[in-house]
Amino acid sequence: MQIYLPIAEVSVNAFLLLGLGGIVGILSGMFGVGGGFLMTPLLFFIGIPPAVAVATEANQIVASSFSGVLAHLKRKTVDLRMGTVLLIGGLMGAALGVVLFNYLKAQGQVDLLVKLCYVVFLGIIGGLMFVESLRAIRNTKSGKPPARKKHNWVHGLPFKMRFRVSGLYISVIPPLLVGVSVGVLAAIMGVGGGFIMVPAMIYLLGMPTKVVVGTSLFQIIFVTAFTTMLHATTNFTVDIVLAVLLLIGGVIGAQIGARIGVKMKAEQLRILLAMMVLAVCGKLALDLLIMPSELYSIGAAGGH
Amino acid sequence: MLRAIVTRTIVAVLLWATPTLAEEVVLGLSQDRVSITTNFDGSEILIFGAVKREVPLPRDSQLEVIVTVAGPSLPLTVRRKEKRLGIWVNTDSVEVDRAPSFYAVLTSAPLSEVLDDVEDLRHKISVPRAIRSVGAPSNIQDSMAFTDALIRIKENSDIYQLREGAVELREQTLFKTSVKMPAALTEGDYATRIFLTRDGKVVASYERNIDVQKVGLERWLYELSRGQPLLYGLMSLAIAIGAGWLASSVFRLLRA
Repeated sequence: MQIYLPIAEVSVNAFLLLGLGGIVGILSGMFGVGGGFLMTPLLFFIGIPPAVAVATEANQIVASSFSGVLAHLKRKTVDLRMGTVLLIGGLMGAALGVVLFNYLKAQGQVDLLVKLCYVVFLGIIGGLMFVESLRAIRNTKSGKPPARKKHNWVHGLPFKMRFRVSGLYISVIPPLLVGVSVGVLAAIMGVGGGFIMVPAMIYLLGMPTKVVVGTSLFQIIFVTAFTTMLHATTNFTVDIVLAVLLLIGGVIGAQIGARIGVKMKAEQLRILLAMMVLAVCGKLALDLLIMPSELYSIGAAGGH
Repeated sequence: MLRAIVTRTIVAVLLWATPTLAEEVVLGLSQDRVSITTNFDGSEILIFGAVKREVPLPRDSQLEVIVTVAGPSLPLTVRRKEKRLGIWVNTDSVEVDRAPSFYAVLTSAPLSEVLDDVEDLRHKISVPRAIRSVGAPSNIQDSMAFTDALIRIKENSDIYQLREGAVELREQTLFKTSVKMPAALTEGDYATRIFLTRDGKVVASYERNIDVQKVGLERWLYELSRGQPLLYGLMSLAIAIGAGWLASSVFRLLRA
């Protein structure tokens, strides 16, 4: 069934969009990522103009994250306090990111920088996670007890705060910094930032994997809602028909994903996320290295 | 005095007579508006007509028909990738002043036979002529490659079409053809032009607009997103939150 999208001004197959939304929704509920880093390239591929894809994707993520958070709230796997601290950092970072983005745009080559950022970040994060979770799985198989949480420099910082759900008593500075840096990246790359936030919470803040997913989703809702409003009022690129088609699949997928996530072991969740991150990284790296079949591309005049 | 009046009358008659063409187009369209509804999936428009003649049919030349349909024009940027330090990056770019969002040329015989270059330049009929590019920055020598790429990409997705021989012409008088418009249409006036040619020269032309417009829900949403962006954004968010909540409650009920 073909549906004409009023803002994107293209006609697309409705069932294809429902399916895409569903798959990305499942990933979202399972891993606590918004899924924007997967969905945006998929939307480009089916012919949605990039500006519309990025803006509409943000709106769809609001829906699937909200659906996912409700599922996690019921299981008490959302650290609202940590989420709020991250969010404050995130919003500051996003504001900073927009300034940085405009500066880079004036210099040209912003696309390239975004792609390189993606490849480097995804590569490092994915690689580290993969190695770590593989080791954890091997340890559980051989019956070794998991390594105790080490005290590092993070625990020596002032302004300590107790995060009950996560079982942490740490300074608010590291979560704030994580929030800021993810906010900057999110604004530049046009994604919710879940795939950077999740590993940062696990490895830098030492939060339990189960809590991380819900908390990340909580924070993503606000960041993407903010992005949606920004795009809707400045660029007029949010396509509500496209968003509805994607989010019907997305909210259902997120519920299923959250349930799958609960049944899985933390190491398994982490290794799957690591593999997904590495796959996306590999694809982006190939795009940069292999000669494209069409060297020319058409864009809106004056835009980036 | 009388002579002056006579001369003036003769001049006036001559002036009045010149615009009268030997051959004229009488046109019909199967529809002169295209309504984009939610389930819009492209449209096919039948264009037909007749040649009205006040002089006998010339023996020595063959009449040919060219039909063009052009969507609203927009400025564009064409970029080219190049390998720098091992990776492919966008380097050069050329701004194209005006490129139609849709362009179809339909002819009754191969375009090179029915139209000569001078006439093409004058009436901007062929696809490359329909695009206006003021020229590339001085550091780019091969600016033609950019326009060629633009045409190639648009032709591959059927947005630009050149269909030679697609116009059916009978007895040098009746003609008909159909234009297939893709599902991805932009709103606006689609200028439909008919040219009659003899020996590569345009002997008559006719222009009419096809009005392409979003209607109903599509129209309403589009207007809202432009006129009330804040409200539109809030509505999008409300739908997102509502859908998220609904899915969660439905799943809770299913489990209970």
